[in-house]
Amino acid sequence: MPAAIAFSHVSKTYRGARGTLRALDDVSLEIAPGEFFGLLGPNGAGKTTLISILAGLTCASAGTATVMGHDVVADYAAARKSLGIVPQELVFDPFFSVRETLRIQSGYFGVKDNDAWIDEVLAELGLADKAGANMRQLSGGMKRRVLVAQALVHRPPVIVLDEPTAGVDVELRQTLWRFIARLNREGHTVLLTTHYLEEAEALCARIAMLKQGRIVALDRTSALLAGAASTMLRFKTDDVLPPALAARARVTGRIAQLKAHDAGEVEAHLAALRAGGVRVEDLEIGRADLEDVFVEIMSGARAAVPAAGEAA
Amino acid sequence: MMRLEGALPLWRKEVLRFWKVAFQTVAAPVLTALLYLLIFGHVLEDHVQVFPGVGYTSFLIPGLVMMSVLQNAFANSSSSLIQSKITGNLVFLLVTPLSPAAWYLAYVGAAVVRGLAVGSGVLLVTVWFAPPGVAEPGWIVVFALLGAGILGTFGLIAGLWAEKFDQLAAFQNFIIMPMTFLSGVFYSVHSLPAFWQGVSHLNPFFYMIDGFRRGFFGVSDVSPWLSLAVVATSFVVVAAIALRLLATSYKIRP
Repeated sequence: MPAAIAFSHVSKTYRGARGTLRALDDVSLEIAPGEFFGLLGPNGAGKTTLISILAGLTCASAGTATVMGHDVVADYAAARKSLGIVPQELVFDPFFSVRETLRIQSGYFGVKDNDAWIDEVLAELGLADKAGANMRQLSGGMKRRVLVAQALVHRPPVIVLDEPTAGVDVELRQTLWRFIARLNREGHTVLLTTHYLEEAEALCARIAMLKQGRIVALDRTSALLAGAASTMLRFKTDDVLPPALAARARVTGRIAQLKAHDAGEVEAHLAALRAGGVRVEDLEIGRADLEDVFVEIMSGARAAVPAAGEAA
Repeated sequence: MMRLEGALPLWRKEVLRFWKVAFQTVAAPVLTALLYLLIFGHVLEDHVQVFPGVGYTSFLIPGLVMMSVLQNAFANSSSSLIQSKITGNLVFLLVTPLSPAAWYLAYVGAAVVRGLAVGSGVLLVTVWFAPPGVAEPGWIVVFALLGAGILGTFGLIAGLWAEKFDQLAAFQNFIIMPMTFLSGVFYSVHSLPAFWQGVSHLNPFFYMIDGFRRGFFGVSDVSPWLSLAVVATSFVVVAAIALRLLATSYKIRP
């Protein structure tokens, strides 16, 4: 059985008036059928470029990509029929209603009389009462749901979601993940890019991390977390941390996190806090989460690409 | 083999797109043509006779009809594409298995429908003023279809090439408009000095309008067969260019 998605030595260079930009640098990656795969990386790492090559929105400068074994260039029609992509940008055609939009999109894929499936998708995404509404009348969240529906009209075996929950309320996130998880259980392969690492940790069995166009981590999510192997000391404070601790802490608002490899290090951190006169609340010791792993890998402190890391 | 799957739904969408705003895309150009007829017809009716026995207003009607066909066919494919590019919803087409031939047929097919819809509208509202008669209807149909096809194709090329609305406007105002106006819509090229007659004969739009007019009056500046040869050749050339641009995803898949 061919991989659901395969990239082989894919590079992409943009040439512009201000010089050249190497967006992707020799990326190889395979995703097996039925996987729920996460593609993570900071802004500008090349995630969207990689997905765009898969969907035929841009052409690779070198290397090949396939969807369900179909080359995205040589056999583009079969590749695109196998793929449903939810773009990151909130775009829509202002001339049509939701149902018209979905019927038209079905037609492009040669799918006729698709109303039963369209109704099911609309219901699953909480759009049933908006079917007759013009796209212009919908809120941002509703438009986002239509984008998801549009990607699914032709029942593609491979679904790609490019930051689908950016700026989306809790209700849609839950609706969306319930539906996507159902499709994944039914055998659809899902490739997800997101900035919400807790989402990736909860949903994706395997993860690749991109940095400056290269894969810097590729492993099972559990292995990535296990590899972090450290505990985290978390607390809230309104005080300024002593310089020695501040340099090593990850601070989000009032919450500070410090890595500790063993009990001795925890003790040392606490002693430093006491000596600095820092008042702490809600102190807890927990395991590192994906965000810790992400920060560690992106800072270059650790590489996590297994030698035979391309296989599922 | 040419794969045309999806062409019909895309064509239908493109037709619906202009039909939903028909007031702007059909009624407005019909009104513009009517104003041309009223003003030029009124001013020139007693001063100009182009063909023997044919009043100027009658002479003007087929020219205005054809000009409307050409301009609206161009406007349809070009504005649809540039809008999709600028708003970003072209992505919905780019991710589909539509072949270059399917893109071409759908966009140009819809442009032909818009051109013919406006042209019929212009004919319908102007014919009451001075019925031009119908001498050889076959030429009317052939040149209307080919003219709309060529300009629909031009619109497709311009829509692919342009990155901004003002680039498209430049294409329209500096190429399409002069070529239509200087093709004999408002006059017979025989009334021009020899040099400008020669220049007019290099303009393919001249043959579209001259051949089209032949269908109404049975008289033309040049043989309709020559016009057909020039127009058909032009169609093949621009269609080949457009298909090539689509096949290489010119400016749409960077």
